[in-house]
Amino acid sequence: MNKKNTGRRLVQIVIVLMGISFFTFGLTYLSPGDPAEIMLTECGNVPTPELLEKTRAELGLDKPFLVQYGTWLKGVMTGDMGTSYSMKVPVVDKLVSCFRPTLELALASLVIMVLISVPLGILSAVYRNKWVDYLVRALTFLGVSVPNFWIGLILLSIFGVTLRWVTVSGGSTDFKSLILPAVTLAIAMSAKYTRQVRIAVLEELNQDYVTGARMRGIRERTILWKHVLPNAMLPLVTLLGLSLGSLLGGTAVVEIIYNWPGMGSMAVKAISCRDYPLVQGYVLWIALLYMGINLLVDLSYTRLDPRLKEER
Amino acid sequence: MKVLRFLKNNKQFTVFLLLALAIAAIAVFAPWIAPRDPYDAVMSDSLKEPGSTYVWGTDKLGRDVLSRVIYGTRSSLTMTLCLVAVIFVVGTALGILAGYFGGAVDAVIMRIADMMISFPGLVLAIAIAGLLGPNMVNAVIAISAVSWTKYARLARSMVLKIKQNLYIEAAVVTGTKRGSIIMKYVIPNMITTMVVTAATDIGTMMLELASLSFLGFGAQAPTPEWGLMLNEGRTYISKAPWLMIYPGIAIVVVVVVFNMLGDSIRDILDPKQE
Repeated sequence: MNKKNTGRRLVQIVIVLMGISFFTFGLTYLSPGDPAEIMLTECGNVPTPELLEKTRAELGLDKPFLVQYGTWLKGVMTGDMGTSYSMKVPVVDKLVSCFRPTLELALASLVIMVLISVPLGILSAVYRNKWVDYLVRALTFLGVSVPNFWIGLILLSIFGVTLRWVTVSGGSTDFKSLILPAVTLAIAMSAKYTRQVRIAVLEELNQDYVTGARMRGIRERTILWKHVLPNAMLPLVTLLGLSLGSLLGGTAVVEIIYNWPGMGSMAVKAISCRDYPLVQGYVLWIALLYMGINLLVDLSYTRLDPRLKEER
Repeated sequence: MKVLRFLKNNKQFTVFLLLALAIAAIAVFAPWIAPRDPYDAVMSDSLKEPGSTYVWGTDKLGRDVLSRVIYGTRSSLTMTLCLVAVIFVVGTALGILAGYFGGAVDAVIMRIADMMISFPGLVLAIAIAGLLGPNMVNAVIAISAVSWTKYARLARSMVLKIKQNLYIEAAVVTGTKRGSIIMKYVIPNMITTMVVTAATDIGTMMLELASLSFLGFGAQAPTPEWGLMLNEGRTYISKAPWLMIYPGIAIVVVVVVFNMLGDSIRDILDPKQE
């Protein structure tokens, strides 16, 4: 990707972010329930009409929709996403503090996923239509059909309740309590990734150069390790990057089960108590991360593939 | 006879079609199959282990888990089929509009689709379902809002390909109306691929709906719904593991059946795709 394309992508990202923030802002505006009332009731006092009016004015809720959006957008430009209704802390601080646990979880599950699916995918491609392949394919099929929250609950009841290796209540972010949620996320993703590895390796195995190498009597193992795998890994690196992006937004269910204090569980709580500034901040932050990672993946792809570099 | 021969030649399809029909029958005839009323709370029988009286045990309120799982087939199937129907119709229609008319229509529809795709879907679905107010209809709306784009992109690209054919040109030259060109020539040539996509999507959509319900943004208590039941059973994970085993198995079985059915439909209609 050249400079012009990168620039265009950056502009596109800004446009999409504007669109998404406008959309979520509209949603919070349309959604039933008055944030001022919810906020005051949460504090424990019965809101009087005067107090409600005052709070609404403080939050700027009495202004027209576009003015509210404009104010919010201006704040975002200067790094201020408003204050969380329910936690009374700046949204930015909350997002930053919840980001680390989610990132750790996402990276750990990516590592586990690669450890599971790369060997399985290669095995299944090399022994195509043998029993290994059928077994792996059956497993991947099962893997995409099982809801990850169920896997999470089963693992929790085995390792938390029966074996007592981890606490069921969760809440801590040490290494030991990272394992189960990471494995849960990894299982579901491995099913998809194994298929991709299998397809990528099969595609390389069908190339003419492999037939050529076989004709020249090069050992099958050498062909596989020296030629096929390096070539097959290239598209998989891209997929890995893309899965990181979707993982950051897809950890909510698992975070809730294991009480992992990351962004997903924070977002679910924020939505449940209609903490609009926090919800908006979360959606915007995830969108930015996701598109940023996608852009980086595309940029690194040109680096990794020499053929694309020459085309420039 | 023709039908019978077709079913005999496509054994995998037949088996999973029968299983899917059996699941649909369970949903339809739930009141006759379920041993008890799924809403009937018997507080004295709270959290009873599976046994002879309650085959799959009871939940916190003393409701029969087996009956609730059977009734849960209803909400899961209706919600999923509605969802797939909505994204199929909306996505395909918008894709055809974008592909056939091009220009500004195309630009607007596809930019919105691009926006939706450059974003993890479940995040937005959770936000939409939560903010609109948690219930089953809003959960369907939320997932539709983030899932139609796949169909729109596919339909658009197919229309663009079909439009290049001579028979379309001939139809235009002979003065056929746009509406009837789309109905008579465009849709019949693309419908197979779209149906295959929808059929293979049923399982995934069912899982997404269950996830939303599990998070509390879908079906609401006391509705018997599998995702919601798992969420309710979560609290009793050490005391009553049967509360999370049976609804989970129900989800897996139904999703596996529909995924296999979808795959065999794809193999029959569209052997090229894999």
